[in-house]
Amino acid sequence: MITALHAMAQFALAVLIAPLLPGLVQVVKAWVAGRRGPPALQIYYDLLKLWRKGVVLSTTASPWHVAGPAVAWVALATAALVIPAGAAGAPIAFKGDALLFVYLLALARFCITGAALDTGSAFEGMGAAREVSFAVLGEAAMITALLALGLATHSVSLETMLAAGGGTGVALLAAGLFFVLLSENARVPFDDPNTHLELTMIHEVMVLDHGGPPLAVVLHGAALKLLLFSLMLVQVVWPLGAMPLALSLPMLAGSLVAVAVAIGLVESLLARLAFRRVPLFLTTAFLLCVFALLVTRGRGA
Amino acid sequence: MTDALNLLIGLVMGLNLVALASSRITSVISWIALQGLALGLMPLLIEGHHTWLVWPVAVATVALKGFLIPSLLRRAMRTVHIDREVRPLLGYVPSLLLGAATTIGAVALGAMMPLLPEHAHVLLAGGSFATASCGLLLMIVRSKAITQACGYLMLENGIYLFGLLLIGSTPLLVEAGILLDLTVAVFVIGIIVDRIQQEFDSLDTSVLTTLRE
Amino acid sequence: MMELILVLLPFAGAGLALIWRGRRTRPYLLPVVGVGHAVVTTLLLLSPAEVDAGAWISSDALTRAVLPLVSLLFLVCGFYAVAYLRVREDRDHRIFVAALLAMQGLLSLALQAQHLGLLWIAAEATTLATIPLLHFNGTARAFEATWKYLLIGGTGIALSLLGAFCLGYASLQGTGGGDLTFRALTGSASTFATPWLVAAWVLLLAGFGTKMGLVPMHTWKPDAYGEAPGVVGVLLAGGVTTMAFVALLRVKQVVDAGGGTEMTQRTLLLIGLFSMVVAALFLLGTRDFKRMLAYSSVEHMGILAVGAAAGGAGIAAALFHVWTNGLTKASLFLAAGNLRRAAGASTVGEVAGMAWRVPVTSRLFVVGLLAITAIPPFGPFASVMSVVRAIFATGQPVSAAVFLFAMLLSFIGLTRLVFAIVDGRPRTRARGTGPQFAEARGILVPPLLFLLGSLWFGVAVPEPIRRQWDLAVRMLMPPS
Repeated sequence: MITALHAMAQFALAVLIAPLLPGLVQVVKAWVAGRRGPPALQIYYDLLKLWRKGVVLSTTASPWHVAGPAVAWVALATAALVIPAGAAGAPIAFKGDALLFVYLLALARFCITGAALDTGSAFEGMGAAREVSFAVLGEAAMITALLALGLATHSVSLETMLAAGGGTGVALLAAGLFFVLLSENARVPFDDPNTHLELTMIHEVMVLDHGGPPLAVVLHGAALKLLLFSLMLVQVVWPLGAMPLALSLPMLAGSLVAVAVAIGLVESLLARLAFRRVPLFLTTAFLLCVFALLVTRGRGA
Repeated sequence: MTDALNLLIGLVMGLNLVALASSRITSVISWIALQGLALGLMPLLIEGHHTWLVWPVAVATVALKGFLIPSLLRRAMRTVHIDREVRPLLGYVPSLLLGAATTIGAVALGAMMPLLPEHAHVLLAGGSFATASCGLLLMIVRSKAITQACGYLMLENGIYLFGLLLIGSTPLLVEAGILLDLTVAVFVIGIIVDRIQQEFDSLDTSVLTTLRE
Repeated sequence: MMELILVLLPFAGAGLALIWRGRRTRPYLLPVVGVGHAVVTTLLLLSPAEVDAGAWISSDALTRAVLPLVSLLFLVCGFYAVAYLRVREDRDHRIFVAALLAMQGLLSLALQAQHLGLLWIAAEATTLATIPLLHFNGTARAFEATWKYLLIGGTGIALSLLGAFCLGYASLQGTGGGDLTFRALTGSASTFATPWLVAAWVLLLAGFGTKMGLVPMHTWKPDAYGEAPGVVGVLLAGGVTTMAFVALLRVKQVVDAGGGTEMTQRTLLLIGLFSMVVAALFLLGTRDFKRMLAYSSVEHMGILAVGAAAGGAGIAAALFHVWTNGLTKASLFLAAGNLRRAAGASTVGEVAGMAWRVPVTSRLFVVGLLAITAIPPFGPFASVMSVVRAIFATGQPVSAAVFLFAMLLSFIGLTRLVFAIVDGRPRTRARGTGPQFAEARGILVPPLLFLLGSLWFGVAVPEPIRRQWDLAVRMLMPPS
């Protein structure tokens, strides 16, 4: 039984440690490149700096330009309430919360893209179009992954689905989910978070015109999203829900670090794909999840 | 043993799809070589039919399918200027999806066929149909001669997979004969591809269109 | 013993051809081996040995029904090839001669194979042995034809291997224990599971149908026959198609024994009629007289398939047609080869009036045309009539109507093209018919001999051969 205090503590922890993950990715990338990069806590400093700045709005922008990131953050935070954290469970769990999770992520994406389109600039529009069209395939993959998990555990609640691990198709599922993670969080090979050439950005260009507190909210929201996907990936691989709490939490933390390291390595070793090849990789992710679903169906049912 | 065998067959089916999605010809050859390697190891995993002859045949299969035949194909490519499929007849995403659909259909078909009790949980029949049909697909949707030859190799890999179902009863003479034919075929393909390259200065089979009514 | 000689003698000849140094004398290996092969075949025909049960290679009734034809084709073509290669001084014929002899050995092996796996190995090897023969001319068009042949033929053979494996697995599940000899397969076929039997039949029909040239697996034929030398065309159209047909008959025997008679007859009838109609339609439109022969070959393969679908009498008629088609096509291919060399091209636009340039060859070509379109008293008339009679006996008048309509269309197509080539004001691409081409005896007598053979079969079939056909039918049809 999750008490309200427990729930609030878990929520606060998620919000607090989320920015660590992108920071860790930066550290790994710097280490591989053999340079002294920003410290792991850099995102916190960025958030603080941005919070103190003012906002410059375009003349064509409506209040939605500022409200969008806020609504997106609220959606992502609610999703953080729904996803379980190993044996500690999820603060909110009910039948069908997996669908809520997917829709909350979709809502967040909608708000950010809406805020981007709101500026009336061509670059943001381009980025929004790319983001949404790639998201179609990414969401298909994720929903298929959730289907596989649901079929394996005969439930539609994230807490039960992720408690037992991925089942027989776990390798396929984990690979598919890793691709989805990279795609949704705008990582190489789908999008380079460090590039600022407008014609090659996807996610970066959507937030080009944000500044100050809204940008801080967007940044933190992105970190939360990365945390959510990493949690999902980690719990698919390890059956953390079935372990005792004392074992589950350290393993969870260690696995999250491992995921961050893996993302850092992938970012350092691979190059960004040309846009016309991204659908192929997303289709591969989708097919990996489909085959995981079929394997689960074949073994279980 | 059955699980290890199923894992290898799953790997082989995955390699089908990876080869269908690759645009670089040298990587298609490498995937087919890897597939051949996996196939060569399979006779050792099938229980109950271990005569001493299995080992030399496994070694020969690995050597031929994994190393000799791919090297013959790569040699045939040495004079080619373009090593990418520039204009396939069907795009990569549609052919990947089509390949996945064929794989699923083939595995379903394989599950419907009556099998001996010892083969009941092994994916050999389904995997073989899947690999054979993906090989046919690769031959049809690509226009570069070497990729079509790789499709032919994939087709033969699928048939070899099915032959493993009979490994107890078919004398290995037949397997050896098949391997020999395959090697000679690839050798001949290499020569022909070389001549085509010399004659047309391209391995794009869409130039092979002078013969018509 | 004699069966092995039939296989090993040509292989020995092929090996000898590869190391033979004398360029002028190498082609003589062909008629020498041909004579030896023909002698042994005749001995086997006249005094058949007892079929050894369980042997992988033996000369049973079906073999003896068609092997003499293949042997005869190689014998006469051997003499033709000597004259032909003397004219083609520009090409090196070491591999050509070796491949021809290897083909002879492989076809003998395939026709005598009693084990499905061995039959497959021989069939695949013939695909490979045909490659150097097809691009003997060395032109870009020849490479194109070779590539298409290799890919389509290779795919067909691969599919037939899968079909053979399906039969093997069905045998493993049943009482056969996986033994792939035809005797064992037929004996245990009643215990085979139907899905495997159906799968095996479909794959084997597709595979061996590719080698025969049935529609829709025929697309390699016009290119291959169009670009290959005439001699090669004879051996492909008369030898390899016969081998594929015999393989199909043996497989049909197994599937029928498993209870699939209705399926095999229906599919063979459909694919046969379809081949005839499609080939006839293409014949109406083609402009190249060597490709025309390819389409005619497709049509006659359709006739064979239809015959095989018409019960015991139909199979006997089909075997009759194998002989008459083989002999007549041989004459046509050799004459067409001569014409092409005399004219320098093979299309209607570029060639005309050959009757004035090469009178004897043109006459042979026209008579051959009349023969192949089933004009009495030539062989094809008698064999086609037997097939039609068999179709009527099975009570399918509609099929017979389609059959005869297709033959009418093909008659129109063939005569249109042949007379366009032969009649009219002489026009060729070659600069006159100088020493490059002369109507020498060596290249005229073989087609004439084939034509006379076709005439002989049309008037009176030799008794030993007819007896073999009846024995073969008795062997193939399950006892009712």
